[in-house]
Amino acid sequence: MNDMSSDLRVRTMRSQLSRAQGLGAAGSGVSHWWTERVTAIALVPLSGWFVVQVFRLAGSEHATVVRWGGKPVNATMLIALMVLTFRHMQLGLEVIVDDYVHGRAHLPVRLAIKVGALLLGLFAVLAVIRLMFASARAPAA
Amino acid sequence: MQDVREALYVGQRSDGSLIRRPMSPHLQVYRFRLSMFLSIANRAAGVVSAGGAALGVLWLSAAANGPKSFARAQRVTGHPLGRLVLAGWSLAAVYHLIAGIRHLIWDSARRFDKAEINEDGKKTVIATLATTAALVGALFAVASSRKGKVTS
Repeated sequence: MNDMSSDLRVRTMRSQLSRAQGLGAAGSGVSHWWTERVTAIALVPLSGWFVVQVFRLAGSEHATVVRWGGKPVNATMLIALMVLTFRHMQLGLEVIVDDYVHGRAHLPVRLAIKVGALLLGLFAVLAVIRLMFASARAPAA
Repeated sequence: MQDVREALYVGQRSDGSLIRRPMSPHLQVYRFRLSMFLSIANRAAGVVSAGGAALGVLWLSAAANGPKSFARAQRVTGHPLGRLVLAGWSLAAVYHLIAGIRHLIWDSARRFDKAEINEDGKKTVIATLATTAALVGALFAVASSRKGKVTS
């Protein structure tokens, strides 16, 4: 074990260039890891806000929910919550797929996660915008 | 080195010197530990939380569609099965939050000893169950109390 450095220098699977660069296969693992953490931290206060809103709205009728969704602050927080949630979801699912899906299936599954997270996020943002329009149409109570 | 596959087991220390990475035995060789359950449960809870978030978006979309769609969504959230899904989503989200905070603590190289991990694991289970029960219980109580008032 002690003199492995001299023994294995040539026989490792890594090229000298890759050893010098110190990066993994794609060189993008660090940003993936960091984005997962940063979105996670941002989601803590946003989720706390969401729990408070759920308590405010639980059992409410439709008009109350629409009025709530029409407030710019609520709409902003909702969009921030959902965009970060689905970005964090995408990053987490990608790690799971990297661990368990191998071979030819890997790339299409990774792409499907990206597409799914993007569409889900867009649908969520659109729902908030539609809620704002519904609120603008509703008669003032 | 007898086997060419061993080349894949060569790693590097942070000072750049080479080291033979340990080879781990297969999963069923290990005795069951709470930490291994909590580890895989965090992944599962993440997936379930994301699924719940997607359902939350459907609820929001129903509210945006109009009173008719919203009434249908209310029938789902008021139904016992819908309530069960809501409780499950809450459990997953609460656990994923607590486990995520533990991961951030580990990332800062704290509470990473075996004894500390086992100790925190038990606390995690208790905190998760207590928080979820309080949250879900309070939420359903608030929802049913408000529903009675709205009909007037």
